[in-house]
Amino acid sequence: MLSLERHLRDAMIATCIRALPDEGCGLLLGVRESERSVVRDVIASENVLHSAKVYEIDSKVLLRAHRRADEEGLEVLGVFHSHTHTEAYPSPTDIAQAPDPAWQYVLVSLRDVPTVVRTYRIVDGAVSEDEVVGH
Amino acid sequence: MRLPSQLRALVGGAGEVPVEANTVRDAIIAVDEAYPGIAFRVLDDRGALRRFVNVFVADEDVRFLDGLDTRLEAGQTVSLVPAVAGG
Repeated sequence: MLSLERHLRDAMIATCIRALPDEGCGLLLGVRESERSVVRDVIASENVLHSAKVYEIDSKVLLRAHRRADEEGLEVLGVFHSHTHTEAYPSPTDIAQAPDPAWQYVLVSLRDVPTVVRTYRIVDGAVSEDEVVGH
Repeated sequence: MRLPSQLRALVGGAGEVPVEANTVRDAIIAVDEAYPGIAFRVLDDRGALRRFVNVFVADEDVRFLDGLDTRLEAGQTVSLVPAVAGG
């Protein structure tokens, strides 16, 4: 379960809208409480691939996020990125490149109005949707 | 050397392991000798850095330094950070 406060959800969507026409992306920082991942901050990244079809997080943003997580007793909980014209479901590329089975893979679909935010776990290529809860 | 969560199981759970080496390549090989499996995750079969692994010395991506030949100074941290990418 991904616990995501309204203002953090909005920050994530804003990052994705600013990145248009490219895919937007960023990282989720927070704490894990048994089955619940609680997001404390959303870290926007440049999509270094500048593409509407693929994304990659800026490696420096990634390094700083890991460092900040260590310093503040947080964890990098996962990543979010947008699909500009398709549904909020991981693409074959997302599944092939998913690096961490513990991560939350959040998809923001800008195709749908209102914007759809869903989260998935990807373990050994198997995708399962997880629940997003707000406050 | 700082390791990402996905590689910590290979070193018994530690986030950092000490290493003595003159270059990034030597550091990876030295850690792999102590904890086999690290080099395979970072280097391809020709010994080049894998596309989806970032290696930093202090705050600099070694791709913008001398790659695996980047020289290390005492006390510097080499960080392995898997790239986060998708479609």
